[in-house]
Amino acid sequence: MAARALGWLAVLALIAGLGAAFGYAPREAVQGNVQRIMYLHVPAVLTAYLAFALVFVGSVGYLLTRRAGWDRLALAAAEPGVLFTGITIASGSIWGKPTWGTWWTWDARLTSTAVLFLVYVGYLLLRGMVDDPDRRARAAAVVGILGAANMPIVHFSVKWWRALHQPSTILGPEPSPIAAPIAATLLINWIAFTLLFAYLLAERMEIARLEDTHAG
Amino acid sequence: MSAYVRRAWMVVWKDILTERRSKESLNALVFFSLLLLFVFQFALGPERARVEAALPGLLWLGFILSGLLAFGRTFLIERENDCWEGLVLTPGDKSAIYLGKLAGNVLVMIVVEVVLLALFAVFFAIDFTPFLPGLAAVLALGTLGFAAVGTLFGAVTAQMRARELLFPVLLLPAVVPVLLSSVSATQTVLAGEPLAEAAAWLKLLAAADLVYLVVGVLTFEFVLEG
Repeated sequence: MAARALGWLAVLALIAGLGAAFGYAPREAVQGNVQRIMYLHVPAVLTAYLAFALVFVGSVGYLLTRRAGWDRLALAAAEPGVLFTGITIASGSIWGKPTWGTWWTWDARLTSTAVLFLVYVGYLLLRGMVDDPDRRARAAAVVGILGAANMPIVHFSVKWWRALHQPSTILGPEPSPIAAPIAATLLINWIAFTLLFAYLLAERMEIARLEDTHAG
Repeated sequence: MSAYVRRAWMVVWKDILTERRSKESLNALVFFSLLLLFVFQFALGPERARVEAALPGLLWLGFILSGLLAFGRTFLIERENDCWEGLVLTPGDKSAIYLGKLAGNVLVMIVVEVVLLALFAVFFAIDFTPFLPGLAAVLALGTLGFAAVGTLFGAVTAQMRARELLFPVLLLPAVVPVLLSSVSATQTVLAGEPLAEAAAWLKLLAAADLVYLVVGVLTFEFVLEG
């Protein structure tokens, strides 16, 4: 089973990532150990972006071909996407409390991530409301396409909205000031999360396929 | 092309006729706007400075709430007497139906917006006349984007159970950019600054309108299948 191999690979990578985050990566000078949340926070959000990009691909693919496989891809990507966005927001909140002194602030990144979360929670709600597979797939695809097309606009609008308050740091125009061990740890964790996502995606698609064949 | 425009116009005309005969939506919407004014007054209290500071947000809050009610009903009249099948069986490009419904929704929103502005002017003693040209530009762009998504999602949810719940839950996060830039641009206009000061927001609004319209036109055919 390819999916099972992928699962074990993800487990190994996650253990390696955890080891690197606590053993290899240095203690951050200003924030201390709290900063290690970053190794969960950043890979989670990158994986969520990947997931929602796949929802878009699956949605367009379904409308063009009407093959159920594309719809299963969109569904199987959306669920972990919402999960990883949730992890991003929760871990960011836990990180924000000791460093910024607040659980939540209406900063651009936070707001756009929250909107992202709401759009795809709505997407999943919609999927739960329709029983006919083709109708469900078509309705979901339209919402999935509009949601994805909306994302760059959301990103820039909230960026401008709070531009004076919270300048972008990591993805800013200057070269990244991150030390090599930190960058390496981030990379390991990012790979681990991507593997985990790929495993969840493969298994979810398989479950959806079985559901389809037994329902039909 | 002219056949396409004609098809869209037929949809608008049909909806205007239905509305003129039933007078269902507009009466209720105008009354609803009046009620909103009371809610705003209760929330903010009599202090004039607070009303003025909150005015751009309040205006858009009023438009959004009225829009949620109006757009959610767009395709409900098509569910009766097999009208939906009539739409599906219409020959030619189905996106004309979308644009027709969109135009109808924009019309309804313009009426609601004019009424709400008049009510604000009277009850909160605000003189909008010096801001009208700028306000009209912002309202036009904002309403178009809001209605473009509202019309599409109204069609998506029309045939679903729990659509009254699902419709706003889908629509509100999707139109965050429109709301954000409309409120900001309205703020600039009501502060008496030239429209050029809000150029960044207006560009964003125009870009959002374009994206929503393109997605709506391209995907509507799949929604209409029902």
